[in-house]
Amino acid sequence: MSTIAAERQVPAPRVLTTQPRFSDKVFRAVVTTGGLSSLIILGLIAIFLSYRGFEVLRQEGFHFLTSSDWSITTDDAGNVTESHFGIAAMLVGTILCSIIAVVIALPVSVFSALFLNFYSPAWLKKILVAVIDMMAAFPSILFGIWGFLVLMPSVEYWAKLLNKYLGFLPFFKLHPYVVTRSPFVAGVVLAIMIIPIITSVSREIFSQAPLDRIQAAYALGATRWAMIKAVVIPHGRSGVIGGAMLGLGRAMGETVAVFTVLNIVFQVNWQMLLGVGGNVASLIILKFGEASPFEIKALMAAGLVLFLLTLVVNALADLIVRRTGKSGR
Amino acid sequence: MTTVSAPSPTRPWEASPKDRLRDGVLFALSIGLTYAVVSFTAMKGKLAYFALFFIFYMALTAGFQFYSRGYAAAKDAFVNSLVAIGAVVTVLPIASIIFTVVAKGIKGIHLGLFTHDMALAAPTDPLSSGGLLHAITGTVTLVILALIMSIPIGILTALYLTEIRGSLTRPIQFLVQAMSGVPSIVAGLFILSAILYPITHAYSAFMGALALTILMIPTIARTSQEVLKLIPNDLREAGVALGGTQWRTVAMIVLPAARSGLITAVILGIARIAGETAPLLLLTGGGDKVNPNPFNGSIGSLPYYIWKSFNAGSPEAITRAWAGLLVLMVLILILFTLARLLGTRKVAR
Repeated sequence: MSTIAAERQVPAPRVLTTQPRFSDKVFRAVVTTGGLSSLIILGLIAIFLSYRGFEVLRQEGFHFLTSSDWSITTDDAGNVTESHFGIAAMLVGTILCSIIAVVIALPVSVFSALFLNFYSPAWLKKILVAVIDMMAAFPSILFGIWGFLVLMPSVEYWAKLLNKYLGFLPFFKLHPYVVTRSPFVAGVVLAIMIIPIITSVSREIFSQAPLDRIQAAYALGATRWAMIKAVVIPHGRSGVIGGAMLGLGRAMGETVAVFTVLNIVFQVNWQMLLGVGGNVASLIILKFGEASPFEIKALMAAGLVLFLLTLVVNALADLIVRRTGKSGR
Repeated sequence: MTTVSAPSPTRPWEASPKDRLRDGVLFALSIGLTYAVVSFTAMKGKLAYFALFFIFYMALTAGFQFYSRGYAAAKDAFVNSLVAIGAVVTVLPIASIIFTVVAKGIKGIHLGLFTHDMALAAPTDPLSSGGLLHAITGTVTLVILALIMSIPIGILTALYLTEIRGSLTRPIQFLVQAMSGVPSIVAGLFILSAILYPITHAYSAFMGALALTILMIPTIARTSQEVLKLIPNDLREAGVALGGTQWRTVAMIVLPAARSGLITAVILGIARIAGETAPLLLLTGGGDKVNPNPFNGSIGSLPYYIWKSFNAGSPEAITRAWAGLLVLMVLILILFTLARLLGTRKVAR
């Protein structure tokens, strides 16, 4: 008995330490570097676009945002003698189109999110959620070409109806009677693109409405709508607004879908039914093909403005969605 | 002796035959009224049918409820109809898109599409000449290059947010969110200004893939983060309790447990970028020939092919564009179904 105990090797006690091992230090360093990549990439985008666009921004100053004159005069040798760059028309167009899109998409999305959560049978909900999520992943060129070839004739007809019967309202006024390829058409296409986004954010938020209060409302004899009004909407209001802002950000940065349906003209236009519009992202695609190196710099500056605009909108959206708890899409 | 009579089981929450009959009658009545109004007044077209039907249905159901159960029930019925409109308007465009793309694209699909490129054919040529080979190989090249760069960065970001949870977690979470909102054209311009103009001076697949990487990282990072959050903390604690370092625990326990979810994240990332058009227009040049070298020379891709054909404008070219869209849509559908199938079993036990 005692011989066995004597033969047993007693290992030296392990050194106890709170210091991370070498492998852990490497691991944490690598992962932290990876985590910082988003900061690095966003920073680099801002730095490079402002570096390239600096010359144009300095030359134009604040006029870059307030004028809508985009012209370059070159002499025979191809040197730039005079140039004016202003993106006011494009900025106005971007804002107009995306606001139209959100105004159309928001009620539709809220109602369909309510349908998915509180009205639909379970099997239908499963199918619809899959379909709507897939629609959010559809490429913008698909919406663009479908919008141009299939949707546009109908939307132009709707625009004529709106002008005919509601033309007394200031925002349905139409001075030169041209309805083709108007911001309204682009807005409808954008609305269709952002409905899935707002729907899935709203659905997520609505599904977190406190179940005990929902059942309490029913137990008190509330109808379904009374329950939604008393419990779901107060709970989800700011989340839905955040979702709408996310959709707004997406709509502002959209390029191809808008480019195919919009008639891009350098003219500030607030009439949504008039076939004159603009969009910063489309401007870049439009001018990129035949742009001179100097004009490219102006496009970089326009890209910077678009980048900052979407960044601010997305930051606000994120803030609002996060305040209500878990963020959605 | 007392007899206890058990009430026969009923289902009072379900619609009784009388209710169903009432709903059916109201539905049929609104269809009839719509049809009558459209045929006897100046209002015409699909829009008139659609709008009138909903107005009549809304009015009839709300009116009936008001008559039988009062104001609150009428409001409820009214909102019922609104909610139904919302769902229909959400689904209608997608049905229309899928139907149109299939109906118009199927005409442009033939076997040669997958064995020929457009080097010897113009978009306006008859449909039997030329094909999609360059576009498909180009898209595959772009996606693979983008994957090689974005998978490590995306998953490392997710690991930082879930495993390390340092002081920078909140700002990085915010930045990833902000990055997912970067417009695709801005990503393209960035690569153009930072790499293509100062360094390489030439279109290539690599340039396009860099821009796609920027768009793909946030999708992969956020989906992976959701998946890693679902891994029970017990697993991590068990790993550490057995004497594993954090590195061994993450590499040997957490990541394998989340494998299928991570694959879903990658697939969703591919679906996000497969159809991305704007940065490719700036960066890849859109060649018509199969280009095996991803670091030099312009390269075609499905979105660029669709764009080119669409802008060529002739009926043949438009049919080509629809065929390209059909191929792209089927690709995305397949990716999405795969992601769903893997995603239903998010955490492997």
